[in-house]
Amino acid sequence: MNRQTLAAQGHWRRPAFIAKPWLRWALVLGAVAYLAVAIGTIEVNWARVAEGMTRGLNFVAAFAQPDFLSRRGDIIDGLLESLTMTLTSTVIGVALAIPVGLGAARNIAPWPIYLLCRSIITVSRTFQEIIIAILFVVMFGFGPLAGMITLAFATVGFMAKLLAEDIEDLDWRQVEAVRATGASWWQTMNHAVQPQVMPRLIGLSMYRLDINFRESAVIGIVGAGGIGATLNTSISRYEYDTSAAILLIIIAIVLLCEYGSSHVRRWTQ
Amino acid sequence: MPVSTTARGTPIWRLRTTRAQWLGYLAWLFGLCLFLLCWKVISDNTMWVFVEDAGRQGSDLIRRMMPPEWQFAQQLWKPMWDTLNIATLGTLLGIAMAFPVAFLAARNTTPHPLIRSLAMVIIVASRSINSLIWAMLLVTILGPGVLAGIIAIALRSIGFVGKLLYEAIEEIHPTPVEAISATGASRLQVMNYGVLPQVMPAFAGISIYRWDINIRESTVLGLVGAGGIGLQLNASINSLAWDQVSVIFVMIFATVLVSEWISARVRHAVI
Repeated sequence: MNRQTLAAQGHWRRPAFIAKPWLRWALVLGAVAYLAVAIGTIEVNWARVAEGMTRGLNFVAAFAQPDFLSRRGDIIDGLLESLTMTLTSTVIGVALAIPVGLGAARNIAPWPIYLLCRSIITVSRTFQEIIIAILFVVMFGFGPLAGMITLAFATVGFMAKLLAEDIEDLDWRQVEAVRATGASWWQTMNHAVQPQVMPRLIGLSMYRLDINFRESAVIGIVGAGGIGATLNTSISRYEYDTSAAILLIIIAIVLLCEYGSSHVRRWTQ
Repeated sequence: MPVSTTARGTPIWRLRTTRAQWLGYLAWLFGLCLFLLCWKVISDNTMWVFVEDAGRQGSDLIRRMMPPEWQFAQQLWKPMWDTLNIATLGTLLGIAMAFPVAFLAARNTTPHPLIRSLAMVIIVASRSINSLIWAMLLVTILGPGVLAGIIAIALRSIGFVGKLLYEAIEEIHPTPVEAISATGASRLQVMNYGVLPQVMPAFAGISIYRWDINIRESTVLGLVGAGGIGLQLNASINSLAWDQVSVIFVMIFATVLVSEWISARVRHAVI
């Protein structure tokens, strides 16, 4: 019985989320089959898990009384490195993302440049920061420089993609108006394109600053400097009270960044 | 827009007042100083001897990566399957946990402001900590393996899905909710018939988007021992087998492109 006849008898049933019945059932069957196979292939060492539970409890307990002081020097050094990496990489990344973003916008760039810039964006976005960090650590040695270059590289992909999308949807009438005055390419960019994308560019840069800080906390694991190295050491030494302190500091800084960036975004728009 | 007049009485249009202009210059100067200061900290902590031969190291790396050892791909199918499982099961677990949290965090569906702030704390804590850090913690607690990876991905996904979903819930149209309430429906029925149908497309879109991000993140979880293709990557890097590393990179690249394509198609169909 279909919905209409049921409704005529006073039994209302809401429409299904996926309208085609065969697609709905195929998706459900596929999902069940996949889950069965996937869960079947997971190997879990339950003895090890049970053994680790006490350690898990220790970790939760450590959050109740984090230890900020006993490794104070290491934490401050790591944080300072992370923050400097975050700032410099965002500035450099955004500066490099602007030309790439202009080149990756289909409406203002010629084909060869468009393809080149799009491939830069794809490569930068596909690989996780940490993989890129491994390569840059090999090239530039351990330390924050490798981390900074990694983050700048990742920033280019992220910002350029969003900037290009923004330029692709801009109001073309303004560009035409400026062009009609006989403006050169640079003048068109400066007076017709830039004012339209600037507020969003500033907002995105703030957002990326926040992401870069979060990422700077992990690339230290592979030797690219920052608070991640300190965190990694503290976890592998089972000093959970110090790790809890570092995690709380990271959460606090991310919150501050988010609060600040929402203010800046409100101010630019 | 400030206007001043010249000695001859013609007006001069300017974008900013003198004061605003100078404040602007000062802000730029301050930013530049901050940047240079940060650069100095980085430069002090860098061994420039290693940087000088970066070009040689880079070309050496590329030479070692080429040609990729394609036979190695035979051994990668199982780790790749594990990676896909980590991402998919982790996403499922994450959205299952994020769903109630989002309803508790949305201003219009939360039972109490206190519960709302608790839900917000969960979302912020989950969002600020990268899945790799979650994995690092869980590996020491649960032991190395796929399970730690799945839970790490799930914990990271709560914040992302929870945040986007509660924003979607806050933006729903109030009229259907009022209409359902007017029929005398209970709180749960209002959720089920008034709120849920409105956020379902957004929820599906957000979930598939997070799945796509999780595929990308699960490729590296193995670096800290949480299973998947990252484990192979770590082993190959540690044995300096760069020709195997390049095969792994190609596989990761292909998988991520496919998952991005699927996610884009599904989101296009849903929204």
